Amino acid sequence: MPVLSVRGLSIDYITRKGPVHAVRDVSFVLEKSETLAIIGESGSGKTTLAVGLIRLSPRGTKVTNGEILYTKNGLTTDVRTLDDEDLREYRWAEAAMVFQAALNSFNPVITIWEQFLDTARAHGMKDRHAVRDRADELLDLVHLDAKRVLPAFPHELSGGMKQRVLIALALMLEPQLVILDEPTTALDILTQRSIIDLLKQLRERLGFSMIFISHDLSIAAELADRMITMYAGRVVEEANVDDMFYRPRHPYSVGLLRAVPRVSGALGSVASIPGSPPDLMRLPVGCSYAPRCPYAIDACRAADPPLVPVDTARHQAACIRWKHVAEVLGSDAEVPVAEKLA
Amino acid sequence: MTALIELDHVSRTFTTPAGVITAVDSVSLALGQGEAMCLVGESGCGKTTTGRLLTGLLRPTGGRLLYEGKDVWLTKGADLGRFRRAVQLVHQDPYASLNPTRTVFQTLSAPLFRHKKANSQRQALAAVTELLQRVDLSPPENFIAKYPHQLSGGQRQRVAIARALTVDPKVIVADEAVSMVDVSIRISLLNLLLALAKEFGVTIVLITHDLAVARYFARRGRIGVMYLGRVVELADTEVLVTDPAHPYSAALIAAIPEADPDITRSKQRVELRSAEIPSLISLPPGCTFHPRCPLAEAGLCDVLVPELRPIPGAREVACHVAVRERTGERAAVTA
Repeated sequence: MPVLSVRGLSIDYITRKGPVHAVRDVSFVLEKSETLAIIGESGSGKTTLAVGLIRLSPRGTKVTNGEILYTKNGLTTDVRTLDDEDLREYRWAEAAMVFQAALNSFNPVITIWEQFLDTARAHGMKDRHAVRDRADELLDLVHLDAKRVLPAFPHELSGGMKQRVLIALALMLEPQLVILDEPTTALDILTQRSIIDLLKQLRERLGFSMIFISHDLSIAAELADRMITMYAGRVVEEANVDDMFYRPRHPYSVGLLRAVPRVSGALGSVASIPGSPPDLMRLPVGCSYAPRCPYAIDACRAADPPLVPVDTARHQAACIRWKHVAEVLGSDAEVPVAEKLA
Repeated sequence: MTALIELDHVSRTFTTPAGVITAVDSVSLALGQGEAMCLVGESGCGKTTTGRLLTGLLRPTGGRLLYEGKDVWLTKGADLGRFRRAVQLVHQDPYASLNPTRTVFQTLSAPLFRHKKANSQRQALAAVTELLQRVDLSPPENFIAKYPHQLSGGQRQRVAIARALTVDPKVIVADEAVSMVDVSIRISLLNLLLALAKEFGVTIVLITHDLAVARYFARRGRIGVMYLGRVVELADTEVLVTDPAHPYSAALIAAIPEADPDITRSKQRVELRSAEIPSLISLPPGCTFHPRCPLAEAGLCDVLVPELRPIPGAREVACHVAVRERTGERAAVTA
């Protein structure tokens, strides 16, 4: 039984000029203990989707269609139908979100201990001693010294320490699902590495499922079991991590992967994607990627292609030219796209 | 090759309420014409301060900045003006570095008038059109009347580069110039800078925390790795990424996550003795990396500051152990 099953989810931003279709007909399934990475450029709808999953969308956002089915102990509920009380319970106890540490995730005028206390109180934990014990335990889990960290104010901690505290806070109520927004962006290399290793450890120890959104493909390469590529609000490809990196079938995934140079191995033929993402209020007819796509033909501009299975049953792409892409890239070697195209 | 621009044992300290900080400590760096090099390091390593020292925006507290062999801080008048035009800085944040109330034309024509490169609107228009073409904003007439908020991040960064080009610079220092633009278009911006180096002989120093970006940009040049205000290794790019000599460079390369699941999940780690980065106010004695270094030797590394020294392979490293292992020469502890 999957932990989360999203079906046909569409989210609009209501603006004076009309609705912006930020998320369009998104479906995916997240199994227990699985890690899913959502990749795409800014404006692809990945953050709107992630925030929508815990109904934290800002004012002016409207879910126009779809279901977010959450399952625990064999019981399935649609997150969209939860009342305020149940929603609050779902938000931290079932699905916790870790925002970028660089952003204002902390209240700057209270200590870390008070942040723990606040979160605990909001969820009905009133015994200070119990909260203290739990805080000690959680900080130990993320390799921080509770004695040093709890009395500190957020500005007294380094970026890496703040990110660890945010992860500890997210795990307070033992959620089944942790959603991370750019978990390592703006952190130094060695700190990034330690956060990635920490997430791997915690996932193994606690068995939660993870969804993370990142523009950084290397984090996906490190942590993901499965991946989703989003473009102009739609899922354009879904695959397991190896298929996505070595055998992508949607030209946009190919473009993204090819745009990222590596430090080890051959540099290959790295290149940027030409053009920019479409205006979500005036989407082109047909495939929204066609104007930037090197493989586009006339038929691409006629109709928006649906997701279809490619190569294997667990690999889907929304591209009528996927067989051509497969021919260009080949399907054998575990070699990154930039090298195959060199 | 004589250096076009050179830092000669340049240091820079800042006085803060908490004490004196040495942001840059005796850095020497010589760049030839048309060279494309990268300075990499983590936050607080002094790479941005080094960039500001190179562009003459900060006065060194020790050492000399040389341009065409002359000490910039001793030149005056026309010579100083020439240096100011010749060396330009491109900032990290294209959202903050462009004036939001000025059109692209206004932003680009102001320095043209200021430096008498244009004397009429017609001349300015022709020059701006050419600049926009040079940074691949085409057709130029679509961009000339735009305000920054009407442009994407990548397009703004191109305008910022075009502005640096208004004065025909010989050196461009680009501080994290691609960090804030989408991954999908970084390579095209790097290619634009590389084309300036190749076609117009502009010397470009890219400052970045991203080793993969550095490797791409400086693939035919050099990378300098900085740690706590010092350059700890300076080598040809491919040599550095395949065979780092300094234990800090080795740790960085081993730690960096890569966009390749097989490679990144099977990387050999370099374990450091401590994750703690020392405070700039009270730097450790000897080699500042020794408290974290897996190779540190008591009585040597905690006593003697390692100089940047040549080792085989046309490269330099500031590490007693690496120098001994690669040259057989020993550092003598006299202090």
